[in-house]
Amino acid sequence: MSSMNIASSAGSARSFIEIDSLEKTFHARGAGARGKGGFKAVDNVSLDIERNSIFGLVGESGCGKTTLSRAVLFLDPPTGGEIRIDGIDMRTLSASRLRTFRKRIQIVFQDPNSSLNPKMSIENSIKEGLNNIKYAAGEPERRAKLDNRVDELLALVGITPGHKTRFPHEFSGGQKQRIVIARALSVEPDFLILDEPVSNLDVSIQAQIINLLLELKEKLSLTYLFISHDLNLVSYLSDKIAVMYKGQIVESGNTERIMAEPVHPYTKKLFSAIPGVTRIDEEQELVFHVDEPGYSEGLPEGYCFYPSELAEGEAQASPQMLEINDGHSVACFEA
Amino acid sequence: MSDRVNDSKNSGASRGAGSTGGTVLKIENLHVSFGEGETRARAVRGIDLEIHRGELHALVGESGSGKTVTSTCVLGLLPTPPAIIEAGSIYYKGHDHEGDLLQFSEDKRRRTRGREIAMVFQEPGKYLNPALRVGEQIMEMLRLHLGFRGEAAEQRALEILETVGLGGNRRVLRSFPHELSGGMKQRVMIAIAICCNPSLLIADEPTTALDVTLQMQILKLIMQLRHKFDMGILFISHDLAVVHDIADRVSVIYAGKIVESGSRDEIFNSPQHPYTRLLLASVPDAAKRGKKLVTISGKVPDAEHFPTGCAFHPRCPLAEKRCADEQPPAEKLDGSRSASCFCLGKEWPA
Repeated sequence: MSSMNIASSAGSARSFIEIDSLEKTFHARGAGARGKGGFKAVDNVSLDIERNSIFGLVGESGCGKTTLSRAVLFLDPPTGGEIRIDGIDMRTLSASRLRTFRKRIQIVFQDPNSSLNPKMSIENSIKEGLNNIKYAAGEPERRAKLDNRVDELLALVGITPGHKTRFPHEFSGGQKQRIVIARALSVEPDFLILDEPVSNLDVSIQAQIINLLLELKEKLSLTYLFISHDLNLVSYLSDKIAVMYKGQIVESGNTERIMAEPVHPYTKKLFSAIPGVTRIDEEQELVFHVDEPGYSEGLPEGYCFYPSELAEGEAQASPQMLEINDGHSVACFEA
Repeated sequence: MSDRVNDSKNSGASRGAGSTGGTVLKIENLHVSFGEGETRARAVRGIDLEIHRGELHALVGESGSGKTVTSTCVLGLLPTPPAIIEAGSIYYKGHDHEGDLLQFSEDKRRRTRGREIAMVFQEPGKYLNPALRVGEQIMEMLRLHLGFRGEAAEQRALEILETVGLGGNRRVLRSFPHELSGGMKQRVMIAIAICCNPSLLIADEPTTALDVTLQMQILKLIMQLRHKFDMGILFISHDLAVVHDIADRVSVIYAGKIVESGSRDEIFNSPQHPYTRLLLASVPDAAKRGKKLVTISGKVPDAEHFPTGCAFHPRCPLAEKRCADEQPPAEKLDGSRSASCFCLGKEWPA
């Protein structure tokens, strides 16, 4: 399944996806590119994703998970740092090369209702992608080949190919998400970004889609960046987990290790809140205001974890990732 | 059901002095449908549910299972028509009122709603009035139901804010909903709900829109409040993990019927109904790493086309012939639980 015509030039020691010191700053209107400040939605993020693995990205709403994924796709080009996919630096690609290259990376969003065009039959939705990559262009019997490809893709995700002339509203939520996945796979990507792909689905349907994703990953040697706020799900799926907080990765490592021994105070706090583990101890005094953002006063959402634990002077500096164990890193201030 | 097991183990100390543990709500054989003829949707088909004071009763189900229809029916907020309450009774015993809610006059219902039966919704942003200061919205309740006026109302509102963890801050009273974070808005919603000291709180997915750390705080707050105010809570959720963490009793609803009901420990440690068993097995968590998730085949039926017999039979691996023809009655099992299934105890296919 690799009809990639762009040279793969990976050194053997390199990860499939290398994200290095990635930054994405948004500027307020009128402030100009050199205007002071701006809002750093993604700040100094470095990640390595191994081929054919699932990398889980967790964090609370507004922490920059989605911005990061859009920056990786170059939908919102990052304002700093590097992204290398299979050894190719995305920044060096010309606009047209970027277009062809991008088919290797696809994204599945949370809400299939807004990712499928309601006025297009699902067949046409999938063909759109195939036409974009000029599938079977100029070949004899192109139409038949296109039709076959659509049938093949639908069968792959468990949708009866005979239903391909139907429209999105004729399918249930879980089926729609399957169709979205089929469409993403139509251009033969090797890297999928899954942005909360099951959080809109019913509990009994979630498991079906998760099993499908795991199956497809093996069958097609895919690599996933799985973004979710559902820690139970991420800990079930991922080989590695990165915890994001206010635009920065505060801890990353192998799932088992990070779940067993979270180091960063934010990770600890987040994992201690995973529902379904122990009954909440209602006798224990509630600590209020812990993560209530300072309300109004123009403060950004969230608050910084460090100042409460470190002297104020130190808190001004930006923390660095420190590898504390094989593949397990945590953001901290070096003494 | 006098053999109620009080399984809120650590409740003793914090339980209010006035605690009786008596029934606050008893729904019997409730049937609700929408529309007629071809498009008739029988959303709720004979629900029985009992909630005691100081008890957090979770109603778990997927979308379209009838959870929200049941709760709006209790509140008297179900518009009739289009809804038709075909049968059943909702017995309520509160501070001042007692009797079948469905027989209450509209005026009496209005006086109960908000005063004795309160509700917290999923998206606080949608239910708070964006044009009114938060303090106004709390004091509105105090004035309307309890006759508080002026400074006294404000003082009481401040106390309530303190209770929900927005401690004694006049700034919060004077702010508009948009100035508050999601967690604070939900606390304000809770403050509005509890400010008249209700006997029954209906919480419909109150933490679904919140991040996990906030979710835990709000859940803990709700758990504590049920003892502090000695109220029964009907907690509606699709999230089994959340229910696991907070519930005293759990009822599992599928296609407008309660298929299994029991204490939290009974449901989570040894579920009996095939739907409950599959549902619990299909939830991913770290312990299931590397194993394939159990799935429930098919999809949730919609209310216009509930299958005949046991509504779960088309998706059930244990289903026999009669499951398609007859409706299994609720069967009382050991302990405090009951389940509706012909195949209880039948061996699970490999």
